[in-house]
Amino acid sequence: MLNAVYRLVAPRRFEVEFTEIELRNVIVRPTHLSICRADQRYYQGTRPAEVLAQKLPMALIHEGIGQVVYDETGEYQPGQRVVMIPNTPTEPDSVIAENYLRSSRFRASGFDGFMQDYVELGRDRLVCLPSDIDLRVAAFTELITVSVHAISRFDRIAHERRRKIGIWGDGNLGYITALLFHTMFPEVKLFIFGVDENKLADFAFAEETILVKDIPKDLEVDHAFECVGGNGAQMAIDQMIDHIAPEGTMSLLGVSENHVPINTRMVLEKGLRLFGSSRSGREDFQQTVSLFEKNRELVGNLQNLIGSVIEVGSISDMKEAFETDIRRAFGKTVMVWKN
Amino acid sequence: MVYGVILAGGVGSRMGNAEKPKQYLQIGEKPIIIHTVEKMYVHPEIEKVLVLCPEQWVSYTKTLLKKYRLPTEEIAVLKGGSTRNGTIMNAISYIEEQGDLTDETIIVTHDSVRPFITHRIISENVLYARKYGACDTVIAATDTIVESLDGAVISDIPDRSKMYQGQTPQSFCAVKLKHLYESLSEEEKKILTDAAKIFAIKGEKVYLVQGEVSNIKITYPYDLRVAEALIKEDRK
Repeated sequence: MLNAVYRLVAPRRFEVEFTEIELRNVIVRPTHLSICRADQRYYQGTRPAEVLAQKLPMALIHEGIGQVVYDETGEYQPGQRVVMIPNTPTEPDSVIAENYLRSSRFRASGFDGFMQDYVELGRDRLVCLPSDIDLRVAAFTELITVSVHAISRFDRIAHERRRKIGIWGDGNLGYITALLFHTMFPEVKLFIFGVDENKLADFAFAEETILVKDIPKDLEVDHAFECVGGNGAQMAIDQMIDHIAPEGTMSLLGVSENHVPINTRMVLEKGLRLFGSSRSGREDFQQTVSLFEKNRELVGNLQNLIGSVIEVGSISDMKEAFETDIRRAFGKTVMVWKN
Repeated sequence: MVYGVILAGGVGSRMGNAEKPKQYLQIGEKPIIIHTVEKMYVHPEIEKVLVLCPEQWVSYTKTLLKKYRLPTEEIAVLKGGSTRNGTIMNAISYIEEQGDLTDETIIVTHDSVRPFITHRIISENVLYARKYGACDTVIAATDTIVESLDGAVISDIPDRSKMYQGQTPQSFCAVKLKHLYESLSEEEKKILTDAAKIFAIKGEKVYLVQGEVSNIKITYPYDLRVAEALIKEDRK
């Protein structure tokens, strides 16, 4: 089948191209796609020129849901709503998680993302969604799985003293990580560190929210999550090292284009464990969907993140959705995919 | 019920030296007609697909469907008529024989040689045909259209801003189309080039669906080269 793929061919320029896909595996019609900061870095052309030259043209978007239209085995019924998994492993590994294998491919990172008429997926690259889920929230399930993945790793790596957890970052990732942590470990006290009082006010479930310029000197957390990235990553990591108790874990989630200097002296003195988490795999998607099913309040809180919902039926609509997203300081832009 | 009706009646007289009708020529890895059938078949709103082709190509078309593992129980191959509208009437007769012809039956008629059709165009055809009874897929004309009654001199140059180029699908409420067609005189039937005109000459409204420039009709050898150029490497 000749499949229309809406590729970014140069910054701020989408064009339709066609690829041939086979009627095999599972074919999914995307219905709701959510724009991520990584997509924006390609769209606005802020990735290094050599990266853009190597990766474009490419269809963007790695956060999305759709409906099955074809399954050669009949395991999935047409119409079944599913979340699509962007990470695509090419080999099994019993030790290393699929999202860290260097051989894995990732949608919208050198491999076409979900801005297509139809997406052909391996049958382990989708997870069924509950029938009554808010589709606008489900659209950014992938972002939520990244937090679930990082929290699951924290649970395996961090020592057992977990009275106070600090989360740096008051953006989308900080909000989702805090909310998921609160859902998975409701007894733990959360301290949120951010720069915007209005945004911090949304973290109503946290023990305390603190502006990064006003952190009390004696405040100490047992473990910390960094959800800042970008230019703010360095300051956030410095503060985390200052305010974390000895032998704490620092979970790094924020993506930065910069090389970030780290105060290794204090890392050594305090015996800290720093570990990075990136992306997610099938297990994280299954766990996230299971949390959606069991915890309605979680989905309700995630609705706060819905920023703009834009119907997209043409290339000019795609541009409009990305431009709207640029103007938005907080919240997710969801494209209702009518193309 | 929504039927996808693929019109594959062409005999390829315009396609250079090609021996096969143009819909059976290959682009990418498959014959053009298979690409088109697959598009209709996977669309969630199309419940059954009919392929209408010249009688001598019926068996070959069925063999192709099997070769490309398309389910023959959901895709019927039928003999077309001598004209485009005669072919569409054959499709409606088949639907009637199946007991599926009701006021709700929609047919989405599409050229077999337009394999670049998109999901949206099909969806909007179904939507508009349900809502209004008839619709036609078009794009705004980019070239100036010139009318000449004698083929020698210009008789009129219509305002380009009001001109559109017709593509397909054309989609209809099947019962309404049948009744209108049966009410035409033989003279009226002769001047018809497509099914939308059946509605138009009877004063019935046909709504416009926005097509795509890429929804090309593969008519000439040049078009085959354009089609090959539209298919890009898969970024996998």
